[in-house]
Amino acid sequence: MKQKTFRFSHLFLGIVLAVMYLPIVLLVVYSFNESKISSVWGGFSFKWYQQLFRDKQMFEALWNSIILGVLSSVSAAILGTLGAFGMTKIKCRSNHVMEYLVTLPIMTPEIILAMVFLAFFSLLGLPFGMTTLVLGHTAFCVPYVFMLVKASLVGMDSSLAEAARDLGATEIQVFRDITLPLVAPAIASGMVLSFAMSFDDVIISLFVTGVNVNTLPIRVYTQIKTGVTPEINALCTLMLAATLVLVAVSAVIGRKKPNINEQQKENV
Amino acid sequence: MNKHPQKAKNRGYWLTLLPLYLFTIIFVGAPLLYMLVLSFLQRAETWGITGQFTFRNYAQIFQPVYLKTFADSLKLAFLSTGIIALIGYPFGYFMAKLSPKGKKWMMLALMVPFWTNSLIRLYGWIIIFRANGTLDQILMGLNITQSPLKLLYTYPAVVVGMVYALLQFMIFSVYSSAEKMDWKLVEAARDLGASPLKAFLTVTLKLTLPGLLSGVILTFIPSMGLFFIADILGGNKVVLVGSLIQDQLVKAHNTPFAAALSVVLMLMTTLMIALYKKIAGGKELEGLI
Amino acid sequence: MSDQILQLKQIEKSFGNTKVLDGIDLQLHRGEFITLLGASGCGKTTTLRIIAGLETPDSGSVLLDGVDVTAVPPEKRNVNTVFQNYALFPHMSVADNIGYGLKLKKVSKSEIQAKVKEMLELVQLSEYGSRMPAELSGGQRQRVAIARALAVQPQILLLDEPLGALDLQLRRQMQFELKRLQKQLGITFLYITHDQEEALNMSDRIAVMRQGRFEQIGTPNEIYDSPKTAYVAKFVGEANILKGKVTQSGKVVCVETAAGTALAICKRCGAAEGKSVSIAVRSENVSFAPYQPDAQGLAAVIREKNFAGGMLRIVLELKDGQTLIASRHGIDLPAQVGDEMTVFWNAEQAIVVEDVEEGKL
Repeated sequence: MKQKTFRFSHLFLGIVLAVMYLPIVLLVVYSFNESKISSVWGGFSFKWYQQLFRDKQMFEALWNSIILGVLSSVSAAILGTLGAFGMTKIKCRSNHVMEYLVTLPIMTPEIILAMVFLAFFSLLGLPFGMTTLVLGHTAFCVPYVFMLVKASLVGMDSSLAEAARDLGATEIQVFRDITLPLVAPAIASGMVLSFAMSFDDVIISLFVTGVNVNTLPIRVYTQIKTGVTPEINALCTLMLAATLVLVAVSAVIGRKKPNINEQQKENV
Repeated sequence: MNKHPQKAKNRGYWLTLLPLYLFTIIFVGAPLLYMLVLSFLQRAETWGITGQFTFRNYAQIFQPVYLKTFADSLKLAFLSTGIIALIGYPFGYFMAKLSPKGKKWMMLALMVPFWTNSLIRLYGWIIIFRANGTLDQILMGLNITQSPLKLLYTYPAVVVGMVYALLQFMIFSVYSSAEKMDWKLVEAARDLGASPLKAFLTVTLKLTLPGLLSGVILTFIPSMGLFFIADILGGNKVVLVGSLIQDQLVKAHNTPFAAALSVVLMLMTTLMIALYKKIAGGKELEGLI
Repeated sequence: MSDQILQLKQIEKSFGNTKVLDGIDLQLHRGEFITLLGASGCGKTTTLRIIAGLETPDSGSVLLDGVDVTAVPPEKRNVNTVFQNYALFPHMSVADNIGYGLKLKKVSKSEIQAKVKEMLELVQLSEYGSRMPAELSGGQRQRVAIARALAVQPQILLLDEPLGALDLQLRRQMQFELKRLQKQLGITFLYITHDQEEALNMSDRIAVMRQGRFEQIGTPNEIYDSPKTAYVAKFVGEANILKGKVTQSGKVVCVETAAGTALAICKRCGAAEGKSVSIAVRSENVSFAPYQPDAQGLAAVIREKNFAGGMLRIVLELKDGQTLIASRHGIDLPAQVGDEMTVFWNAEQAIVVEDVEEGKL
């Protein structure tokens, strides 16, 4: 009987996963479709890829999205890491309120943040464009870094820092040599998550971007709304390939760590 | 004498806190406060606002049209969240029971759609749903239906889109709490004479409840505001609070009314999170990250 | 150069409303192995942290080599600690862990390498320099922690229950090795433990702590043979404590209890006649024989016999309800539970001790 339930669970996981991948697989298949109408197969062709590579605006949007993602995740990493560090060091009543406020952006529907940023940035008279995009994106990226780093700091053995002090390290040296390397994985995953969220964001970007700054999601959104060419399919396939490579690389890196140690063991 | 170095030390730590404090107050606290203020201001005839205090924006929400939008949004959010829970809970639960290697592969398998641009993934559904699209071809090929269903731009299409876009949040929350669970407790319950169903209801469900609840919140909150899904898959037929706010802002230029709508929406989500914290005993949302 | 390397003067420390250290004084001699012995919560770890500089006392002062270091931060004290959980830096190799203190002192790379090599040899881990802490066994981590602390050549090495996480066999071996290291290097060791056997095995001096005070400071012999207080007698030698009134004073005192008269020696005290006192007698020194009405000794009944730890434990109840525990080698003896006995001991095997009840300190 046990075996049977086991099989049912596998079947369930398999079906859900298949449905999850279905739209993605379709996009990939139709990106090589000669016909302009997705869902009618007109033969194999690279023509949409060629068209995509001629589309300067698309690449500009891609480039903007990458810059935006990098800038916001780096700012979020700096703000979030320092803030999490300070907050674990100083026990203060304002911490509770501050923590709530810091994490508020990911607990609020995006449309509210979008409206709020639009209104507030116009109040400040900021020119809409990359600056406002980075500010807005940083605001919703900070919580990811902050929460991950804080959890990692709280879980850290306090005697490690004490041991370093004991061996002659100043507070700053402890931070540089011990704390930072130990929370580095948390910072890194916070940044990766931030980048992904920023790279994927439509709603906030739509509201706070300027007239002549397009991000990739905005461009895709307008394309989908105004009638699509299979160029989008080609773009999707390329991005999927990039994602796969990244996921594979991170998996390999994640697996490699113990291997290095293994080798060291043998060398000894 | 010993107090002084302590003070100097704290000053250093305050310095590390300062950037986050400043940024958060200026770019999260202040804008939200501004939204609250805006919601009580009178709209100018054509553009912008007047400085006059008014409750009219809130009163306006009670007009049947807008009430209906709220009701529709809630209905859609409840429906999508319900379906997500029905699929995501068993998924996360079964996933936690896989072998360590199976878990790792499943994680990777979930990562790919998660990292794929959500708009692009939704576009895949357009291909499936459109008249004579993949779904129609399959169904007609199997002789289940005779003519195209024309599912695109219908309510069910929007529901599928919502479920598809948010399912992972539920899976991750449930998985993270089911993974931490001590399965020996289930065995103990069985040992004490509980049937598998009873053991599930009294032990497993109870222990994974925080994960389920936080999954509900993580899917319910965004589903109130994801207007672009309704836009892409529902055409203009499904209007959500999110779309309403966007329209008021972009098309009607009625910022105060948009602000009032946002305040109400925010109150609703805050209430939900507070409710969660009460049920889950003050814990943070599970599997948020 | 004075013989005293460290002095604690009237150290007081409270956490919230709990007073952890109640004005303690302690002197450490150059090159000695001193142990703070006490139950958990007695304040021994706090004392160590104050010496290391990880905690500042509320009042009192710490003098290192005659210099007041009370307000000096830990990184500027030439005192190093081996932490209870070792606190090895998980992201650094064994060699980097050991060399970390030297690197902070801006010692040249070649010197660091030489010192690390020397330290690894000292703790017999020469082959393990490039390993990560996670790849070591508990005993090996322990050695690395010791090597790391010793690499910076501290004036005093503080060890906070370093053997607590190891199994019994390894613990015995490490006790021996720690003592060897200490003799070889001639560094002052301040060792913390709740295990009396460890303390008796390794120390030159033992300071028994209780509720933020020292009960007795002395050599293992003094502590074991001449406990000053009932607590020390119980904690270090698992002695029986018996209460009664002095009927005859002198070097050997007679103590009258409800069950009869017992003898004890009085080393430090002037126990006057009529005074209430406590005497401590170790279980292995308690003798008993079938009851005879006119025999010298205390009347008692056997209440329990059990075999534990290679010894037979006999629980004897005196007439006035006090219980005594006697221990014997072997697994059983002819006397049965319920038999009436006469209990006695040699006067020099019992000692008059101060007895202060818990909470009255």
